[in-house]
Amino acid sequence: MNPRRKKRLLITSSLVVGLSLAIGLVLFALQQNIDLFYTPTEIIEGKNETGVKPEIGQRLRVGGMVVNGTVSRDPESLKVSFDLIDNRGGIVTVFFDGILPDLFREGQGIVAQGELLTATQIDAFEVLAKHDEEYMPPEVAEALEGMDHLKSNKP
Amino acid sequence: MWKWLHPYAKPEKSYQLAGKLLPWFVVVTVITFVVGLVWGLLFAPADYQQGDSFRIIYIHVPAAMMAMAAYSTMAIAAFIALVWQIRLAEMNIAAIAPVGAVFTFIALVTGAAWGKPMWGAWWVWDARLTSELILLFVYLGIIALYNAFSDKVLAGRAASILTLVGVINLPVIHYSVVWWNTLHQGATIMKFDKPSMAPEMLWPLMIMIVGFAAFLGSVSLLRFRNEILARESHRPWVSALVTDKLSGEK
Repeated sequence: MNPRRKKRLLITSSLVVGLSLAIGLVLFALQQNIDLFYTPTEIIEGKNETGVKPEIGQRLRVGGMVVNGTVSRDPESLKVSFDLIDNRGGIVTVFFDGILPDLFREGQGIVAQGELLTATQIDAFEVLAKHDEEYMPPEVAEALEGMDHLKSNKP
Repeated sequence: MWKWLHPYAKPEKSYQLAGKLLPWFVVVTVITFVVGLVWGLLFAPADYQQGDSFRIIYIHVPAAMMAMAAYSTMAIAAFIALVWQIRLAEMNIAAIAPVGAVFTFIALVTGAAWGKPMWGAWWVWDARLTSELILLFVYLGIIALYNAFSDKVLAGRAASILTLVGVINLPVIHYSVVWWNTLHQGATIMKFDKPSMAPEMLWPLMIMIVGFAAFLGSVSLLRFRNEILARESHRPWVSALVTDKLSGEK
């Protein structure tokens, strides 16, 4: 390899390495701001990395699994409330007034956006269903009913 | 070791090689598209939660994967273009960029169409969706930059640099669902674990991925040949080619 090419190779490689480093540091610094949502435990105990708790009245998103048997609907309106749990055991209650997405059900992962009312209550104005990466035909899903992550999907 | 590659640094050789490869790519594209689409859209079983809506995966996932594959190819070409200053590598970038941009666009549109009924929202500013949108803008930036210069030597170099800068986005897109809490689900097949998809649904998806790869290859080869002809139009071999064609038609 001739010296000019070697020099260009060096410049180009350092460009790529330098940029990745810069972007890496930026993303690292922004870490908790890029998260789409808080988990229930994070609302109660504060963010994993920083321990910062959300303030009451703060607008935020919360993501977790709908706890079985906690969905209660108001018979006269669209008002609904349910509990969200995560794998570390934190539970928060979400109040919502509106139409829930198709995938909403007990045991389903959802993301709700709204305002923090008290330390563990959220008044949501938007509820989104979070789908997992599992795809299977209904027969297989029935056969696999014993599997852990599916157990919670059955009412 | 790389001696066999040297003749292809000549545009004429590369033009001929691209012409030879093209029919194979087209044949693979047609076969896999027919088999994959019919199997995926008509015969694969419906999902246990999403029903038939999940079938958009047969377009969405291959398009998104190939949008990233196209960018990786462009990044490698950009590196070669900058270090070894091979003009063909620059032409390669110019040829692939619009194809990659269209694939990215398809991935975004099909994702939004699926997101509305499934998530309840067309668009969410989560890390995966946002980084994919940035990919589209980077593609458009490269295309615009390449066409902004009338001096194609300068244009090629500028586009190469921008391509290399944008490559940082690729790992961000891929790992966005791992590093951060996102609404977008995690990886189904591109992970060090067995795919979380039933085999009878996975097979058509694999065929569609091969199909989209071959489609990307065919369109890129076509555009690559055009780019060579456009940039080498003053060369004797191109005029010889044109006169050959014209006398053949008479």
